[in-house]
Amino acid sequence: MNKLTTLFCGFLFTFVLAWLGLVIIPHFQFGQLQPFVNEDTGESFPPFRSGLANRGKQVYEANGCIYCHSQQVRPDYLSADMARGWGARRSVARDYIYDKPHLLGTMRTGPDLSNIGVRQPSEAWHHEHLYAPQSKSIGSTMPPFRYLYKIQKIQGEVSPNALKLTAEDAPAEGYEVVPTAEAVALVAYLKSLSQNYSLPEAKLSTE
Amino acid sequence: MSQNLKNMPVEANDALERAQVDASCRVPVLLFFATAIFWLVVGTVFGLIASLKLHDPYFIIELPSWFAFYLEKFSPAGTVEMINSSLTFGRIRPAHLNTVAYGWGSPAGLGVAIWLMARLCRVPLRYPTLVSAAGVLWNIGMVVGIGALLSGGSTSIEWLEFPPYVTFILFISFALISIWAVDMFVHRKPGHVYVSLWYIMAALFWFPWLYGTANILIQLAPAQGSVQGIINWWYGHNALGLWFTPLGLAAAYYMIPKVIGRPVYSYYLSAFGFWALALFYSWNGGHHLIGGPLPAWLITTSIVASVMMVIPVVVTAINHHMTMKGNFNVLRYSPTLRFVVFGAMSYTLASLQGSSMAFRELNAITHFTHYTIGHSHLGLYAFYTMIMFGSIYYIVPRLLGREWVSALLIKVHFWTCAYGIVTMVLLLSVGGAIQGWMLQHPENPLNKFSDIVEATKPWLRGRSISGCLIMVGHLAFAYHFALMLLKFGRSEGGPTLLAQPESNTDSAGSHS
Repeated sequence: MNKLTTLFCGFLFTFVLAWLGLVIIPHFQFGQLQPFVNEDTGESFPPFRSGLANRGKQVYEANGCIYCHSQQVRPDYLSADMARGWGARRSVARDYIYDKPHLLGTMRTGPDLSNIGVRQPSEAWHHEHLYAPQSKSIGSTMPPFRYLYKIQKIQGEVSPNALKLTAEDAPAEGYEVVPTAEAVALVAYLKSLSQNYSLPEAKLSTE
Repeated sequence: MSQNLKNMPVEANDALERAQVDASCRVPVLLFFATAIFWLVVGTVFGLIASLKLHDPYFIIELPSWFAFYLEKFSPAGTVEMINSSLTFGRIRPAHLNTVAYGWGSPAGLGVAIWLMARLCRVPLRYPTLVSAAGVLWNIGMVVGIGALLSGGSTSIEWLEFPPYVTFILFISFALISIWAVDMFVHRKPGHVYVSLWYIMAALFWFPWLYGTANILIQLAPAQGSVQGIINWWYGHNALGLWFTPLGLAAAYYMIPKVIGRPVYSYYLSAFGFWALALFYSWNGGHHLIGGPLPAWLITTSIVASVMMVIPVVVTAINHHMTMKGNFNVLRYSPTLRFVVFGAMSYTLASLQGSSMAFRELNAITHFTHYTIGHSHLGLYAFYTMIMFGSIYYIVPRLLGREWVSALLIKVHFWTCAYGIVTMVLLLSVGGAIQGWMLQHPENPLNKFSDIVEATKPWLRGRSISGCLIMVGHLAFAYHFALMLLKFGRSEGGPTLLAQPESNTDSAGSHS
């Protein structure tokens, strides 16, 4: 193995094999999936995300939510994900066709969020939780995302979107905490997270 | 008889040749090392902050109010919010990974590889300005990239967080070095191509392809979600397997025989280990997505390849062990050997652990937990980083013509880092296993998610302490390296050793 060409042929061969197997073949096998359209209702799954929710996905990316939260429900022969209430069925490739970039995640310092929109549909809850996580979940190690909120002087009436905070999380007398546009988008995204629909390859267990 | 007569001038020539090679490497290699060590310290600070935040979420979440008050007066609107947002865990965490992987790991490895290329091709460094320019460019990319991550520009793709414009800078820098390496190889002196050189050439060939493919298919022309997942981990795992690992092994294959002064045990095992690694490691990526939304064949193939990795790992371990056999006493006094052998042993351990973690039954528990984080530190730190430390201890005196200032500083560096990483890996493994076990048993009323968070806290606190130990070691190392750059090194006498060798016939460490 003293010749450049011999060495390089070896490098190329070993590398290309795996490149074909893990990159190119997957791209052709399940890289062009189409949404599933229910013939009767005309609904398409996975549902298309709103513009606001898509903006929220960018906030999710920018603030590194992925380092503690996964978005994938493993099948029940392998895990207790469903038993824990994180999903009604396993996740499949088609659930992610609109995700660019993907946010599957590799860590569960916090719970899985594939179906957080189903589990926790309240906007107010999400805002209060993002602002002061420990107020909603005692002992949580989630960081408070105060920079996504504004503390402002109350002008006349309290703003309708002001957070209802208690004890030490509450702002000073005469002030209120309101979400910024980023927080509003992030909560819209979290509320949109749901795999609670049937696909031909992954039916909800109730059906 | 005639051989004896010839020996003298040849040896003198060899020494002269080595001196010329070392001199030609001085500026570019020191540039790579100095910037790498800078990022190492920065990365350790990020790591420590992230670690503390994991069990204390209110640890520096915003600037102190008095400071924010003054800053607001003298800076453009929004500055305080921007700084506060950059302190969140989700931004510090990728900043840690990217500084240690692309700021420390890659440039340190490149520095070692550049020097090894010149030594093993036996020609003075060609185009040193080009190499230095690539180093400067790389660091410009790093500064812009870390700034982007902290200010919310992350792509949120693990191992590929840098936005496309940063990736582009790094890619150009990398391509320059790869092309330079081919030029060096073509102009090498005729003779046997040593195993380290295969690893380096392979790594320099594979990495641009990996980096290019992943960035194109995830950022520029994104594939569909799940396909991105597999490309992400094909890249993520190969960054370890086909980039850091070959560089680490190239250094180990060079340093161990060099310090103890005898050849590698078996050429055959070296070759076998190398090609088995190339064939199997490249397929491992899928084991990061076991249970994920991907076809079973893909995951299973990756699991098989992960288990097959036992072959090259055991082969390399045997080869290194047999080379070391009878010379373990050298570990007492050679700083280089102590770090490198620690690294080589960790390589075996990390790889075998990795193979075991690919099994579905075990993976079901360890996936998504701190156990995996422990594993990655065992690989990237206990193996790779320790070998880089050892290599830097070997190379720097040869570039500067001066010996390390203080054996004590080296000892402090070694023991803090060794104890630090061992405790870190143990704590994360046990804590992660408990976390995984509890996650998998929701039927037990004591395993609510909040219970799991509570159960992992003590282990994470312990991890922060081990991180502090490592920080001390890195500061000692950075200070020592700075002293060397400022020419405080000894210019007389033999190399700085950690203890006195038993007999003076032993030439360990004095090999040039």
